[in-house]
Amino acid sequence: MSFGEVVRFALRGLSANKLRSSLTMLGILIGVAAVILLVAVGNGSAQAISDRIEALGTNTITVMSTSRNSSTLTKPMADALVDPVLAPDVKSVSPVVSASATVTYEGSDHEVNSFVGTTPGWFTASNTPVGRGAAFTADDEAQGRRVVVIGSTVAEELFPGADPIDRQVTVGGALFTVVGVLDAKSSTGFQDANDTAVAPLTAVRQVLTGYGPLTSILVEASSPSLVDAVESQVSTVLTSHGATESDYRIQNASQLLETQTETADTFTTLLGAVAAISLLVGGIGITNIMLVTVTERTREIGIRKALGAPRRTVLTQFLIEATLLSVIGGLLGVAAALIGSRFEIAGVHPVIVPSSVGLALGVSVAIGLFFGGLPAARAARLRPIDALRYE
Amino acid sequence: MSPVLDVRDLTKTYGEGEATVHALRGVSLTVERGDYVAIMGSSGSGKSTLMNILGALDVPTSGTYRLDGVDVSRLADRQLALARNRLIGFIFQAFNLIPRTSALANVELPLAYAGIKPRQRRRRALAALDVVGLAERARHEPNQLSGGQQQRVAVARALVTEPALLLADEPTGNLDTRSTEDVLTVFDQLNAAGRTIVIITHEPEVGARAKRLIRLVDGQIVHDVRQAPVFA
Repeated sequence: MSFGEVVRFALRGLSANKLRSSLTMLGILIGVAAVILLVAVGNGSAQAISDRIEALGTNTITVMSTSRNSSTLTKPMADALVDPVLAPDVKSVSPVVSASATVTYEGSDHEVNSFVGTTPGWFTASNTPVGRGAAFTADDEAQGRRVVVIGSTVAEELFPGADPIDRQVTVGGALFTVVGVLDAKSSTGFQDANDTAVAPLTAVRQVLTGYGPLTSILVEASSPSLVDAVESQVSTVLTSHGATESDYRIQNASQLLETQTETADTFTTLLGAVAAISLLVGGIGITNIMLVTVTERTREIGIRKALGAPRRTVLTQFLIEATLLSVIGGLLGVAAALIGSRFEIAGVHPVIVPSSVGLALGVSVAIGLFFGGLPAARAARLRPIDALRYE
Repeated sequence: MSPVLDVRDLTKTYGEGEATVHALRGVSLTVERGDYVAIMGSSGSGKSTLMNILGALDVPTSGTYRLDGVDVSRLADRQLALARNRLIGFIFQAFNLIPRTSALANVELPLAYAGIKPRQRRRRALAALDVVGLAERARHEPNQLSGGQQQRVAVARALVTEPALLLADEPTGNLDTRSTEDVLTVFDQLNAAGRTIVIITHEPEVGARAKRLIRLVDGQIVHDVRQAPVFA
């Protein structure tokens, strides 16, 4: 009996039991698709986290003032950090003052959590691009012009449905002209990152905070790898300007990067465990369905042997059936996972991990073949009379 | 010419120790070509065990079994499959057609295992179905056929390879009178055409139609009567 003939037998065997064949394939499909999608969702959320952390800026350090007394961070200190000799790796320095303030426009007012006064370099250093309109310029800052760039939450609160550009708002009794709106940012903490407004340092000091100490200084390094060097350079400069170690605290993006790596590692471990369990459960499902399918046909194997089918022909037929079921089911599962990954699942955009596709498909096909082949081999080895009597 | 069937001192025991059951206690039997033998006996007399051994579905505990001159008890698995395919046509009490598969495909099955080309296979299967009077039901599946029709499909399947021996294990056990008559008529015709048939039954009217009647009691032949000459 030729191989092509045996294949035709297998196909006839599958089509003779359409419901059972399709249910078997469905079981394998779900097993494979679940594993791939699960890993993709986990991978997607890990990537989302790392994206968010990267959005904070990986090449910046923030010098924070820790005490309230006036000798801490000052504007001259910030100016001193722009020093090609003592601090060669510093790319930009943005002094920052911030306060909460009430912004009023035509009778409606909004309490802004962080009304920031800074220099134009802050926008790039802090990775906060302006969406509509424009950022204020160095000239605006130098002249102390009262212009402001507002966050998207503020824009929605004060100008619902209207264009806020060139409107005048009142802050601390002074009129500020809105020149731009920040791009919406995803929040990383409990605070709304979009509930903010940014204005020139000079104007904010004049109107809101006075000429006291700075809240912080945002220092941008020339490259992410120089962050540590910049940190020590900043300490040196600040100490030479009379600040003591206890006056300030340096927040480093590389610390965040470390956290991010740890988070990613935890996620990988978690996902590995979940994927392994789903693969195990899926595998047991496939095992079960294959065992039942073939055991149920022990009698049929007995009939075929009684009609003179050699053991190998019977075995080949059942192996081909098992192969077709698990391969087709597995491929459909991959297809389902690929389609499913185009949709957002629980707020996460899944990102397929290629190795998970190979693993899920490989394991399912292997299990399908083994547990389809094993009982078939056992039944084919039985004496026909025992196979026929099998209940 | 060697007899179709030549059985010497066949014994078969099941189980061990206290629970040993002697299903066959030394059966010797020869069947000539063209004979029509009915083996009768009450349940537990060992007739089914004998039948399964004759059909190469089971192996005896001791004794020799020659089928068409070939010592079946010495064959390896592969040759046994060949013997079942070429030498024996087996008809079961429970029909044992492959479910959800057309009558034609069922009859073609032994030919497929014999490695015969599809075109010739179809022609021979249709011819066999014609012999049992079911040519126009070739496309029907077993569950669309009556019991008698299913058994006739099984008979067609048994004779399609033109085996030396047709074995029937209670072929009418699951059938009503009318279907029994249909199947027995087919057997009469086949025997008249020269086929060797061995049939197991416990129905006297089935046994009465055979040319030779053998009675089995407790695993031994107690009665062997010729009712009609082999070549009538």
